[in-house]
Amino acid sequence: MLTNDDIVLLRKDFPILEEKIYGKPLIYFDNGATTQKPLQVLARIEYAYKHLNANIHRGVHYLSQKATEAHEDARSTVASFLGAAHREEIIFTRGTTEAINLVAFSFGEAFCNQGDEIVVSVMEHHSNIVPWQMLCERKGLTLRVIPMNEKGELDMQAYKSLLNSRTRLVSVTHVSNVLGTVNPVQEIIRLAHEQNIHVLIDGAQAVPHIKVDVKELDADFYVFSGHKIYGPTGIGVLYGKRELLDAIPPCQGGGEMIDKVTFEKTTYNILPFKFEAGTPDYIGSTALAEALRYVQAIGIERIAEYEHVLTRYATTRLLEIDGMHIIGTTENKSAVVSFLVGEIHPYDIGMLLDKMGIAVRTGHHCAQPLIDSLGITGTVRASFSFYNTTDEIDSFIAALKKVVLMLS
Amino acid sequence: MTINQIQDRIVEDFNQFDDWMDKYALLIDLGNGLEPLEDQYKVPQNIIEGCQSRVWLHAEMKEELIHFKAESDAIIVKGIVALLLEVFTGRTPDEILQAEVYFVDKIGLKEHLSPTRSNGLVAMLKQIKLYALAFKTRNS
Repeated sequence: MLTNDDIVLLRKDFPILEEKIYGKPLIYFDNGATTQKPLQVLARIEYAYKHLNANIHRGVHYLSQKATEAHEDARSTVASFLGAAHREEIIFTRGTTEAINLVAFSFGEAFCNQGDEIVVSVMEHHSNIVPWQMLCERKGLTLRVIPMNEKGELDMQAYKSLLNSRTRLVSVTHVSNVLGTVNPVQEIIRLAHEQNIHVLIDGAQAVPHIKVDVKELDADFYVFSGHKIYGPTGIGVLYGKRELLDAIPPCQGGGEMIDKVTFEKTTYNILPFKFEAGTPDYIGSTALAEALRYVQAIGIERIAEYEHVLTRYATTRLLEIDGMHIIGTTENKSAVVSFLVGEIHPYDIGMLLDKMGIAVRTGHHCAQPLIDSLGITGTVRASFSFYNTTDEIDSFIAALKKVVLMLS
Repeated sequence: MTINQIQDRIVEDFNQFDDWMDKYALLIDLGNGLEPLEDQYKVPQNIIEGCQSRVWLHAEMKEELIHFKAESDAIIVKGIVALLLEVFTGRTPDEILQAEVYFVDKIGLKEHLSPTRSNGLVAMLKQIKLYALAFKTRNS
């Protein structure tokens, strides 16, 4: 496991962790929203702009070749990180949201008709709800929702009963951004595949924290964002099985994605270019690859193990506080703890913690249907990374106790 | 007292404290002291929805003066609501329309009135002005 000495060293890679907030050391517990960037990623961005910047593909000149190689190498890095069978199964997008929208549009065009159904779960982020609602509206589909129990675990019996001959796609999150629940996605995929139903997994909250292998999961689509795994903002990934990506149309037209263009008829390029219209974020892709290499060098299993200890420690210490109510109590949880204290509003807790240099997130976390289903208006969420420490959790608990005293 | 005299008094009250904790303690006290909004006014059409917290605002005109009643589900927001009510309730529409709110800034609570906070306060302020405009138009 990562030792305290390891963490001290790793923290040096993240200059922002030295920042002072209102004169106090920053304690950053908002990693579920975005992670901080290590020097290696920052250096890669600077290096790429200094030495590798030219528009990629089709360029005959040296620099364009180099930039193209870097972008395509990044694709291979992502493919191996996810355990994809083929590198052209990796499509670069702007993030998880764009990746889901792409599938909702293109898969919807190819495979969905009036009366069909899409299945999501009650714990989805808005970005895994709204694109499907838009598809439902566009083509006359129905959205079905998997419920959960009071611990924040999906009701698998209900899930099974939702699958039928009209179900076209199941789209669920691997890890809940509010509850931290790690969903049994392998089982979800297996059950869907028994009925020839395709499955998209939203991995935004999973890839930074647990080992993901899309082949082992047998996921049809798997999506994530770069910025939540120590990479830059504005770059994300859509993994799709080759035969599926081949079978669905592109959702954006433009340069790069074409084979031959005439005013009468345009034919599309092969994978992955068919889905990457326009100049892709080739600096972002190489920086994302650097972030993935950084994570791999530490070891995702070691990260998972350490973050598990942090999360357990935080949970135990939180429960010292009177009126503490942890939202999401399943055993199988990632590095997220959502909570409420008595009747205190999450905004008040978040505001006062901020004054003490502690960054947490409050509110509905872009998962309003989930928050509504719990009969609350929001939570306070602390979400951890491997660069967080038990000392920081101790400071957080001390601050929280002070805050609760002020507010009660 | 004029609107600005009240604002100046609030600034004085808060600026006797150097420590942010004391300022927030005062705000929390004010929030706790705010009379709860009667259920009849705590209705959906009076909700000013923020992403983080909600504010309910009710307005009525009595003898040329506008009276506001309001509440929030978050106590810190409620404290600021109490201050805004102190400044704006019992005023003529013109006084409200011409008023410029500067006290929040001056007592170091500007962040709460930032549009990005999405706590309902910016929308509340806008709604107060809209009520003033509506009452003014109705009376003229």
